[in-house]
Amino acid sequence: MASKAVLTGEMFTQGDIAAAEGAIAAGCRFFAGYPITPATEIAERMASRLPRIGGKYIQMEDEIASCTAVVGASYTGLKSMTATSGPGVSLMNETIGLAAMTEAPMVLVNVMRGGPSTGQPTEASQGDIMQAKWGSHGDYEIIALCPSSVQEMFDFTIQCFNLAETYRTPVFLLADEIVGHMYERLIIPPEDEITIVNRKKPTVPKEEYLPFKADGDLVPPMAVFGEGYHFYATGLTHDERGYPVMTPEAQLELIPRLCDKIRKNADKITQAATFETEDAEVLLLAYGGEARSAMRAVKDARAEGLKVGLFRPITIWPFPSDQLKKAAANAQQVLVAELNYGQLVYEVERHIRGEIPVHLIPRPCGVPHTPNELLKEIKRRTQ
Amino acid sequence: MARMEIRLGGLGGQGIVKSGVILGEAASIYGGKEAVSTQSYGPESRGSACKSEIVISDSPIDYPLVLAPDILVALSTEAFVKYSPDLKEGGIAIIDSDLVKAGEIKQKVRLFRIPAATTAREVMKNALVTNVIMLGAFTAISQVVSPEAMRKAIAKAFPRFVELNRRAFDEGIRLGQEALKQEKR
Repeated sequence: MASKAVLTGEMFTQGDIAAAEGAIAAGCRFFAGYPITPATEIAERMASRLPRIGGKYIQMEDEIASCTAVVGASYTGLKSMTATSGPGVSLMNETIGLAAMTEAPMVLVNVMRGGPSTGQPTEASQGDIMQAKWGSHGDYEIIALCPSSVQEMFDFTIQCFNLAETYRTPVFLLADEIVGHMYERLIIPPEDEITIVNRKKPTVPKEEYLPFKADGDLVPPMAVFGEGYHFYATGLTHDERGYPVMTPEAQLELIPRLCDKIRKNADKITQAATFETEDAEVLLLAYGGEARSAMRAVKDARAEGLKVGLFRPITIWPFPSDQLKKAAANAQQVLVAELNYGQLVYEVERHIRGEIPVHLIPRPCGVPHTPNELLKEIKRRTQ
Repeated sequence: MARMEIRLGGLGGQGIVKSGVILGEAASIYGGKEAVSTQSYGPESRGSACKSEIVISDSPIDYPLVLAPDILVALSTEAFVKYSPDLKEGGIAIIDSDLVKAGEIKQKVRLFRIPAATTAREVMKNALVTNVIMLGAFTAISQVVSPEAMRKAIAKAFPRFVELNRRAFDEGIRLGQEALKQEKR
């Protein structure tokens, strides 16, 4: 296999492989993980590729250790990631909180499969939407991007790294088994055409550095462990030096900043794709693999003269609220199709605020709705 | 070309998934078309029911799965029984004549029996190339993807066994052409 980092060119490949190549193109040089269907191919690819380009791959004893190793590697200045599925995220949640609290940039790929528990390992699901947001305890914000194609598995993984580096935060690539295991054409652009963002480094003298003193954007510059900056990090509530402080004031200063660095930049982070929404009377909302069915259903509905549009959130967290309201401007109802028994629908309802009805089209099983099933549901709701 | 849906069915270990990827790559990278390939298999991986689906089109593909196949390739009786009822009217079924006991199909389809497994064992002296022989027969019968594009994708898929698989593919093409001639008689 080539030892170049960026494999510029065209290939017919799997979503999981595309995510691994996107990570490498983004500059990821550390992967720790524990293989799990349907994300194993990401670990396999990283195990094969990273050692050839000066990176490190470690297969850990479990997911808890994997995620913790990724936090540690991030602190040494490496762009770091892991990849797993829902059961693995359940174990990683402990350390996702640590990453949020200690502001460690990292990327987690969750290729969602059927749950709860061991569920359906080889079948698709979108059952971890709320887990991604609320998985660890305490108040924190997360960023999660949701790809619908092999190309987006590559492109969005790069974006995940850029967001993680910009906001010093863990970021999810929230994929499903359909997109992860699907093969399609992937185009990897020339290296100099790929936008890469690196974390802010300290500009102050080493003795003046405070690892948790934020700039105006609420994000603190990040020194590299071992380069001579005094750097103390803990999961306990801490001051700008990183030292534990157990006062209400310390918590009141830290927690709002951890949340607001994402909330107040939501307009820069959120993304959504729309199709035929301008005059849409029915807005169909879907994401990930399910959005491919929804796209076809919208085309079929339009062919029959029905005014239906598609809204596809690309960032699931933060939710693209303004984009949804704009797309729903002329709509009389929103239909939410998801591969679960109702998760993102709660967020949609929260932003629509009862102005128009929001209906769920749930599918808590491994195969997405067929376009015809969605079309039938659209007709049932409009006639 | 309008949307063309192909389903390959058999048992885990027969190269069903690999064949789907080869076919998709041939259509997409070497054939200039849009293609999506998906697979479905059990946690056991080997010996359990396994299918691979390929959608090929001139325009971007939205829904990636097969709804009603234009073409079914079956390497096990179980796959034939399970998937043949979904075949489109006027569609094509290509089955291994030794591995598949074909029953009745309600709709009108063109049925081709290819002795792929026997040819692999007796002519190629390697049962592993059964799927590549089937890909050859598929290429000759369906004419969805050019033999040249298929040859490139197969060579790329098996870099250590290029010659063996090239011969297996050509043998499959020959069997496919023979089956077409028999159909016309």
